[in-house]
Amino acid sequence: MTEPLALVFTLQDWLALFLHYLMLSLLAIGGAISTAPDMHRFLVEQQHWLTDAQFNASIAIAQAAPGPNVLFIALLGWNVGLNAGGMPAGLLGVLLSLAGMLIPSTVLTYTAAQWGQRNRDLRAVRAFKQGMAPIVVALLIATSWILGSANGSGLQDWPVWLLTLASALIVWRTRLHLLWLLGAGALLGWYGLI
Amino acid sequence: MNPLPPDHPQPRSLTDLFVSFTLLALQGFGGVLAVVQRELVEKKRWMTREEFIEDWAVAQIMPGPNVVNLSMMIGARSFGLKGAMAAVAGMLVVPLMLVLVLALVYARFSSHPEVAGALRGMGAVAAGLIAATGIKLSSALQKNVLGLRLCAALGALCFVAIALLRWPLGYVLLGLGGTACVLAYRRIKPGPKA
Repeated sequence: MTEPLALVFTLQDWLALFLHYLMLSLLAIGGAISTAPDMHRFLVEQQHWLTDAQFNASIAIAQAAPGPNVLFIALLGWNVGLNAGGMPAGLLGVLLSLAGMLIPSTVLTYTAAQWGQRNRDLRAVRAFKQGMAPIVVALLIATSWILGSANGSGLQDWPVWLLTLASALIVWRTRLHLLWLLGAGALLGWYGLI
Repeated sequence: MNPLPPDHPQPRSLTDLFVSFTLLALQGFGGVLAVVQRELVEKKRWMTREEFIEDWAVAQIMPGPNVVNLSMMIGARSFGLKGAMAAVAGMLVVPLMLVLVLALVYARFSSHPEVAGALRGMGAVAAGLIAATGIKLSSALQKNVLGLRLCAALGALCFVAIALLRWPLGYVLLGLGGTACVLAYRRIKPGPKA
């Protein structure tokens, strides 16, 4: 970690944080993580509210922890708050950033989903569902590929790919609980086998 | 919202929704989607594979965190707005507390190579889980109006664009997804579903 930041936060700063997240919420097509580059630009480069190390650690911890990866946004708010004066400010940061990130998008999605349910016999709604299905399945495979290459990209990383392939086959073909697989992956990594 | 068919098990109450989604979220290391599919489609049978794909398509298209959008739509299927809020709260509240605790202890252990290795191993397994989710859901494409060959072609193009060429998701969804929807629209006969 580099030198921690000590910030003085005014009401306007908190408002700016909240408003920025409100805007990003509607731009977060393809998931919250797709807004990470812009958050880095805003929080680290423009406002200097976070260090680079704090930014990267927030994303890594949220990815490793159980739960949806969107919680990296809460951690970013937490760290901004800590820099601005400790735990209560940290909790305020968590609250403002999560609320800002979730409220616009969930209201919009809820409305759209309800409309789709009411009009599910419309030809256009059925065409949307049928047409998107193969795209959605392919996106899952593509996500797996992208996550896999983040872990190891070169040929020397073949054990990592083998582990990914083996877990895919086991989950596809057996009913083994997913936590056993994650535990096995953690053990293999802990002892440096992959 | 229309009632589901009688043989369709449903969440019993808002508490059931909240607890179920909390448990799902806590099993989801490196992403929750694989666990949601496994638990809600295969074990609890709250929804079919086709319904899961439809909801996931909407969750992806709309802005905001995908898994939050998905939880909201699943919750809304049986209990409307209250169900949506219970499911999202289940997905976020307990994992949020956990991730904050993890952030507090992270500084101590971040330098251990074993910890980094374990995270790498879990990441590789998580990538495999998502691939398996895609493979399992692909069986739902057999009933698709586009036909299997067209589904496979669209899926392959989508994989190449996202995983290999790394094009922005928004363009791929608009271009390829839009094409797929138009093709599906032309194959669906006008009028209510037979």
